[in-house]
Amino acid sequence: MALVELSSVTYTYPTTDKPALKDINLKVEQGEFLAIVGSNEAGKSTLCYTISGFIPHFFHGDLVGEVQVAGLNLEESKLNEWVLNVGLVFQNPFNQISGSKFTVFEEIAFGLENLGVKRSEMIERVERAMELTGISDLADRSPYSLSGGQQQKVALTSILVMEPQVFVLDEPTSQLDPIGAREVFEVIKEMSRAGITVIMAEHKIEWVAEFADRVIAMHDGQIIIEGSPQEVLTSPLLPEHGIGTSRYTQAAKQARTEGLFSETTPLPVTLDQAVAGFSGGNHED
Amino acid sequence: MKIEINNLHFTYPGEIIALSGINLSIESGEKVAIVGQNGSGKTTLVKHFNGLLLPTNGTIRIGDWDTKDHSVAELASRVGYVFQNPDEQLFNSDVKSELGFGPRNLGYDDDRTEELVEDAIELTGLDNYRDTNPYDLSPTWRKMVALGSIIALDSPIVVFDEPTTGQDAQSVEVIARIADELHSRGKTLITISHDIDFCAENFERIIAMSEGEILLDGSVLEVIAQEESLATTFVDPPQLTRLGKELGFDQTVNDQASFLGAYRLSHEQN
Ligand SMILES: Nc1ncnc2c1ncn2[C@@H]1O[C@H](COP(=O)(O)OP(=O)(O)OP(=O)(O)O)[C@@H](O)[C@H]1O
Ligand SMILES: Nc1ncnc2c1ncn2[C@@H]1O[C@H](COP(=O)(O)OP(=O)(O)OP(=O)(O)O)[C@@H](O)[C@H]1O
Ligand SMILES: [Mg+2]
Ligand SMILES: [Mg+2]
Repeated sequence: MALVELSSVTYTYPTTDKPALKDINLKVEQGEFLAIVGSNEAGKSTLCYTISGFIPHFFHGDLVGEVQVAGLNLEESKLNEWVLNVGLVFQNPFNQISGSKFTVFEEIAFGLENLGVKRSEMIERVERAMELTGISDLADRSPYSLSGGQQQKVALTSILVMEPQVFVLDEPTSQLDPIGAREVFEVIKEMSRAGITVIMAEHKIEWVAEFADRVIAMHDGQIIIEGSPQEVLTSPLLPEHGIGTSRYTQAAKQARTEGLFSETTPLPVTLDQAVAGFSGGNHED
Repeated sequence: MKIEINNLHFTYPGEIIALSGINLSIESGEKVAIVGQNGSGKTTLVKHFNGLLLPTNGTIRIGDWDTKDHSVAELASRVGYVFQNPDEQLFNSDVKSELGFGPRNLGYDDDRTEELVEDAIELTGLDNYRDTNPYDLSPTWRKMVALGSIIALDSPIVVFDEPTTGQDAQSVEVIARIADELHSRGKTLITISHDIDFCAENFERIIAMSEGEILLDGSVLEVIAQEESLATTFVDPPQLTRLGKELGFDQTVNDQASFLGAYRLSHEQN
């Protein structure tokens, strides 16, 4: 059985009458790394809130259908029980910061403290998590006097340290420098290899292609295509719905129209695929 | 209007050194992207342009003004700064008032204000949201409001701090067109961004920062060719630049047109 399962989920925010999610069916296996791509207002964040229980426990509104994680039913569970299994990194890091802590270290320790984790274990876990995301040198800083990207890394680390069974991340690298963003993808990939289920909304197509096991693309509250990164990220449905594609894909498509890129070579999404594809085209004649 | 920075140092309270010795000049009408590592001082640097921060040491001049002699309100007539986080910037209860706030504060009359607001609405595509409270908008639209409210200042220097964060392909395209339009009006455009592909495709000059200093400063092609130095600022070259290099192109490419141009050439040679 899938670890995360949504069956015919439709959700409408209390202040609107247009559903933000429409008849979503989705299964995610334990240890899988699922990426969500989509244009603005497609419903990526709403889907993240639903899987992590903020819908319906924080945002009320109208939820139809069923959401299950590890055999538990969302509507029958309390939010504080649910968050033990599912951790959410918010799109806006400001929403993550507790507002009650003086240092980055305390901020990251906050969740473990609430769980009553032993002090020695807590310190060890916080230090390890900060090392993984590369923010050890910020430990004694105030969580408010940080750069945008540093703040985003703190928000990410404060959930990562909880080692949730299901790790939901809503555009966690949007403010990170390119190498920092790639490092975060690497850390998250390691977690999924270790059995943690990862669900991540993201615009960085190149890294999605490199790291995700499976991708869904959303538009107007629906999943419009689902499959392997290569299959989804080169689909013509993406540009048709205003969703970005990688520069490699775009260049190969243009090259194809000029007969410079083989019709039979799959369109590239990653650098390696692009190197292979474009050298192949070159050697043909 | 020229920006001239001499030996700028800035330290935040708590002995946090953010800038250590910046020398930089930006001419009127330039189109500059600033890239670099998280915490390297990009936001801190540009907050000096409109006087939000004053140097701990060194000087910064905007045209003939030393920023330390002028208030933020005065400097707004010369430099418009769009915050990295729109929530730090927006406080009016509807989009139109938000966009009109700046011009009114600069002392423009109702007609001129109206004109500037309409221009900003058109450029940002906010037409459907005139009467909406910015806080009821999605984060990505809030960013557009923040952008619009600075465009409406009509200042000769415009600074965007990570305008493309969280924006989808279509909105990134809108932002690129806004940048083009402001540039064609003769404004100096400075953008901070982590999206090196966007920078390489839409700007002329790139400044790369690391740990409070400028490590690289030059034309787009000069800077993106230096893979190793760029890496020390935690930036990778653009996707097509990396691909061109892997394919053994002689010249550095920065966008699809130059990539395909070089590819055709290598194709013909084979
Ligand atoms: N708190 C809210 N109240 C009412 N409507 C909302 C709320 N949050 C989102 N919506 C609406 O729900 C729809 C889906 O929005 P959502 O934020 O999930 O999209 P998204 O794919 O995450 O977009 P983005 O890329 O801009 O983050 C949109 O129409 C949006 O306006
Ligand atoms: N309000 C503040 N108080 C104290 N230190 C700060 C404050 N804002 C930023 N800093 C520190 O100053 C340094 C430079 O930060 P700045 O925000 O300029 O970086 P940045 O290059 O814009 O980074 P990012 O890409 O993450 O936005 C960092 O070490 C940061 O932690
Ligand atoms: Mg979202
Ligand atoms: Mg910044």
